[in-house]
Amino acid sequence: MNGTPGIGRDFARRLLRNRLAAAGGAVILFFFLVSALPGLFASHEPNRIDIVNILRPPTAVHPLGTDDLGRDVLARMVHGARISLSVGFVAVGIAIAIGLFIGLLAGYCGGWVDAILMRFVDMMLCFPTFFLILTVIAFLEPSIWIIMVVIGLTGWMGVARLVRAETLSIKERDFVAAARAQGAGNARIIFRHVLPNTLAPVLVAATLGVAGAILTESALSFLGIGVQPPTPSWGNILTAGKDNIEFAWWLSLFPGLAILVTVLGYNLLGEGIRDAADPRLKGR
Amino acid sequence: MLRYIARRLLLTVPLLVGISLVSFLMMHMAPGGPIGAGTDLNPKATAESRARLKAYYGLDQPLHVQYGRWLGRMATLDFGDSFSPDGRPVAEKIKERIPITLTINVLSMGLIFLVAIPVGVTSAVRKGSLFDRISTVAVFTGFAIPTFWLALLMMILFGVKLGWLPISGISSMDYESLGAIGKLADRSRHLLLPVLLAGFGGLAGMSRYMRSNMLEVIRQDYVATARAKGLPEGTVVFRHAMRNALLPVITILGLAVPDLLGGSVIFETIFAIPGMGQLFYQGVMSRDYPLIMGILTIGAFLTLLGNLLADVGYALADPRIRQG
Repeated sequence: MNGTPGIGRDFARRLLRNRLAAAGGAVILFFFLVSALPGLFASHEPNRIDIVNILRPPTAVHPLGTDDLGRDVLARMVHGARISLSVGFVAVGIAIAIGLFIGLLAGYCGGWVDAILMRFVDMMLCFPTFFLILTVIAFLEPSIWIIMVVIGLTGWMGVARLVRAETLSIKERDFVAAARAQGAGNARIIFRHVLPNTLAPVLVAATLGVAGAILTESALSFLGIGVQPPTPSWGNILTAGKDNIEFAWWLSLFPGLAILVTVLGYNLLGEGIRDAADPRLKGR
Repeated sequence: MLRYIARRLLLTVPLLVGISLVSFLMMHMAPGGPIGAGTDLNPKATAESRARLKAYYGLDQPLHVQYGRWLGRMATLDFGDSFSPDGRPVAEKIKERIPITLTINVLSMGLIFLVAIPVGVTSAVRKGSLFDRISTVAVFTGFAIPTFWLALLMMILFGVKLGWLPISGISSMDYESLGAIGKLADRSRHLLLPVLLAGFGGLAGMSRYMRSNMLEVIRQDYVATARAKGLPEGTVVFRHAMRNALLPVITILGLAVPDLLGGSVIFETIFAIPGMGQLFYQGVMSRDYPLIMGILTIGAFLTLLGNLLADVGYALADPRIRQG
């Protein structure tokens, strides 16, 4: 993973040869396409209320039925895809940035900096994440942005531990000693030599993290403290599913399937990246 | 052994201080401090409860004095009074909700153990077999299923369509009129789905974990030795390999506490179970700050306790740790 083209190509080939990972990647690409071009997949407006056609089961006009306000479920899911995916990406972006920073700092500096930062990580891990997220949301008004930031701020600890462990071992390697002997400063060693070598496990953690963030967002929205209606998200369509559980199974079934397939896609891709980056770990 | 426990307990102290500091600062970092943000947004906070809060936090004192006083209250589990109309002490409200939450979580942990360990061991021993492949697919699906969605589907299937199980609460209307056995049966019927679903998330993770531990152990020399001695395969797997593969599972159990507690918010809300998770959810919805902070602190404390018990359990099981 040193940016050598040979190694990169090797990695890509191993990844594509893994059928499950390729399938996961295809699912993710499909949902990207759906988010980018919602009009292609749904002909109805996601927020058009139709009092005459409330809670209609799937028909040719409404392939996935309508909700309690007569809105087309397919259209809401297609538009909700963008929300769910962007929450996943922004939240993980924040988590990775913090995790990389803390992990590199702790691993590279060592000593008391490491001790203090890692105790801080231990402490953060003591708070049940879901409790922490709900607490912050109770202090602030829930919005898509708050949700993204809060999921990110409570999800970096694993990445920090991972990066720290990698940094600890990398900084003792010969090529780091060689770079230092040539007069490279700390910043250069960290960014040119240590950081690139931590990226493979971080990429795996990020891919799995997006899956986790999508699950968390859907749970929050389902509880009514995430993405607020009328903005559609997969989680808040399921809230309508629960409210109408006795007579509208389609409201519960389809959004959950979308979450399941997306999360499965990210998990398979993440596992694939792990195997491709380090073939010795395969099958574990 | 005692020395190990003492050392481990000492390590917990800075964590406890940290947890209390974070909880304390969270209240103060809220815009306007502990009474500003909370009470402005909360229409239920009367002038009287504001005054009570002000006295509770001692806001006229310098910050470190406030923290010290607050710490003293935490130590005696005094979280102040709830904002809700009944205005009862938070500690009392939490206390009556904890047993049901713990019962469900302990039962589902037992379920995770009973199912995940045999599944993990079998797929490791028969790596690549049909069973292994099916369980791997099941594990990946299990990781990806939103538990609350599975709960909805179960409610539709067993509650609405088949009518086999109740879908909310922990007891029927006629609960009080039932005999002892009737009461137990009624309670079990109500708790069956919640326990299954609470355990579901951990199930996938634990069987995957057990499988990779087992694969690791099976490759070791002493297992080869046992086989070379001519021991039957069953003895090799269960007496020699599985015992060692089980060790790290103790740690995972400790780590599962925060996830289980977080999960209880979701399934207690879905199934209308009057536990700590539901109380927390109601607190968040009504912006009942003393209640929220109380449960957050208790949650962190329970997690710490889980980790501590796991470490001590590990040391009891593995002499290398306690002498290390």
